[in-house]
Amino acid sequence: MIEPNTGPRSVKSLVTVYTPESPLRQPRQFVRELISDLWGSRELAWRLFVRDLRAQYRASLLGYVWVFLPPLVASLPFVYLKSAGVISIGDTPIPYAAYAMVGAIIWQTFVDALNSPLRSVNAARAMLTRINFPREAILLSGLMQVGFTFVVRLALVIGVFAAFALKPAATSPLFVIGMISIALTGFMIGLVLTPLGVLYGDVQHSLPIASTFLMLITPVLYPVPSSGLGAMVASLNPLTPLITTTRDWLTAGAAVQHIAFLVVSGVTVTLLILAWVLYRLALPHLVARLGN
Amino acid sequence: MSSDVLVRVERVSKKFCRTLKRSLWYGVKDTAADMLGGRSSDQLRTDEFWAVDNVSLELARGECLGLIGRNGAGKTTLLKMLNGLIKPDTGRIELAGRVGALISLGAGFNPILTGRENIYVNGSVLGLTKKEIDSKFSDIVEFAEVGDFIDTPVQSYSAGMHVRLGFAVATAIKPDVLLLDEVLAVGDVAFRAKCYERLAQIRNSAAFVLVSHDTDQIARVCSKVLVLERGTALYLGDVGEGIRTYQELARQHMSMAPHEHTAGGTVASIVSCDDTIADGGALNVSLSVKINEGVEVADVRVVLWGDDGLAALDSYTRTQGSSFGLQPGCNVLKLVVGPLRLKRGSYAISIAVLDRANNRHLYWGDRIRTVDVDGATAGAVSYTPPLVCTSISSGNDHIPPASLASSTCE
Repeated sequence: MIEPNTGPRSVKSLVTVYTPESPLRQPRQFVRELISDLWGSRELAWRLFVRDLRAQYRASLLGYVWVFLPPLVASLPFVYLKSAGVISIGDTPIPYAAYAMVGAIIWQTFVDALNSPLRSVNAARAMLTRINFPREAILLSGLMQVGFTFVVRLALVIGVFAAFALKPAATSPLFVIGMISIALTGFMIGLVLTPLGVLYGDVQHSLPIASTFLMLITPVLYPVPSSGLGAMVASLNPLTPLITTTRDWLTAGAAVQHIAFLVVSGVTVTLLILAWVLYRLALPHLVARLGN
Repeated sequence: MSSDVLVRVERVSKKFCRTLKRSLWYGVKDTAADMLGGRSSDQLRTDEFWAVDNVSLELARGECLGLIGRNGAGKTTLLKMLNGLIKPDTGRIELAGRVGALISLGAGFNPILTGRENIYVNGSVLGLTKKEIDSKFSDIVEFAEVGDFIDTPVQSYSAGMHVRLGFAVATAIKPDVLLLDEVLAVGDVAFRAKCYERLAQIRNSAAFVLVSHDTDQIARVCSKVLVLERGTALYLGDVGEGIRTYQELARQHMSMAPHEHTAGGTVASIVSCDDTIADGGALNVSLSVKINEGVEVADVRVVLWGDDGLAALDSYTRTQGSSFGLQPGCNVLKLVVGPLRLKRGSYAISIAVLDRANNRHLYWGDRIRTVDVDGATAGAVSYTPPLVCTSISSGNDHIPPASLASSTCE
């Protein structure tokens, strides 16, 4: 309840100033706010995450089935096409069905993370235009959701490994690090696109199309081609080392590229910080353009 | 910032764009400018206008500013800048202490979740920790009067319950600066009274900004008033003067076209009507009413409208215990309303003739004539008696007890 403050107290430390200048002109203060808001948004992010999760499953009949369907739907046609002899796919370290399924699960996490920021911001429009809260909270809550979905999908991975009587490789703990890097890469790309996507519907329309296209030109459902155009595209594609390294950490494959993985991850983290700065700077302008 | 000034707004402006396409593109450009460390231009670009134009104000602890103006005058935009939701295009805003804002109630509510779950979510959005919410939870539920519905999904709440819960959570913070955007307009009378009481509790320790179209509310709560018109500050200062400025503004834009309606084949016309009345005089109107069937018990009602659009008086034969009958054919009604003690000015006259048996309007003439009243110059709509106050110094510092004030003063 509102309780009377006990007389005038020192509020010097709590002065908030709003000016037209770019916050980047006071870099030290900007960074301080960045960090304190990120730290301050943990509890809210958790609460929003729990809220969305509860609401999502309370208003759904099939519940978790929706988590398992996308990777199944993406990989099963390829398993069918290969077994029917329509397409030929090179050797895989584990049976192809399991290989494709693991690839599809990894990829789906990338896609979830890619869509997450724009989806979160669009869902929080009413809050963003009316309430001043740490804007990082909705991003963090979206990331938590991506992580949660992945953990649930791990059950599918375990099921596949059990069905094929496979043993995870000794390097499989690294698989988790790989997944984090993949999720952050998807998230970073999504976050860069978010300011534009909030203003223009085009971004949201193009994301599913772009991600399907990207999946087909990235070695997700097939191993890295050894020669020809496929080999060239795969070597130029920054997602290749992330996906193949992560999968092969789990399946003991030979396509592990430590250096390339580290380079791409490093670039991702750098760009992620820039995307975060962009997000913070853009939000007041976006709120002004969204109106009520 | 001096210790008592909590809100300082210096020459603040904000521009908006009329066309959506350009508006979105400007959004992209402004973001890019920020990203490059520059600042958005303070010149208007194509299709832009000033939604808030060069507004300055200061507000100290214990003060309450009423923000009034017509729709689209820039009130909410100014409030959103104060809350940091959008950036000013020129000027500077300084706020001291914890800022609470009720720009919309229950913006973080999820309809599928229960009231209990939503209290925790909305509380976190407003910056409360779980511990703080825990300790205030029962107070919130009690204040919101949701009772047994606390574990029901919010989507089955009535509009009033929704608003009550939102207000209860939002005021659970202890703000130094509180921004209120028309949120008190909702809810029933009893709940509004409760809201006022809660605001009164923090009155001395915070600075308020209250947006409202309800001038009575402004007069009741505020210590000063800012009148906005097309983004500019038309008036800043005294509450009474500010409200008059706003009412004058509203009157200029009000539709005052007369309307006449009749029912059941009635033909009615004004035969004569006073166009000036002296102070303390009466209004005389003569009205002819031609009807097909007789009416055993008929009533007449006269309303005079002041230039602020409010009714100055409403006189009705039924409530005054009189009535008359109407014969088939032509009847001439002679109305006398008075003596009138009204503020000097021009008043619009509305007259209704009713059949008491079925509450039917036989004739309804809205603002059909105007009359000039030569009355007192002071006051709002109706006549206000002069108020005289003289100050008597008691010569010492003691404030006498209220009940004995007149006898102990020397």
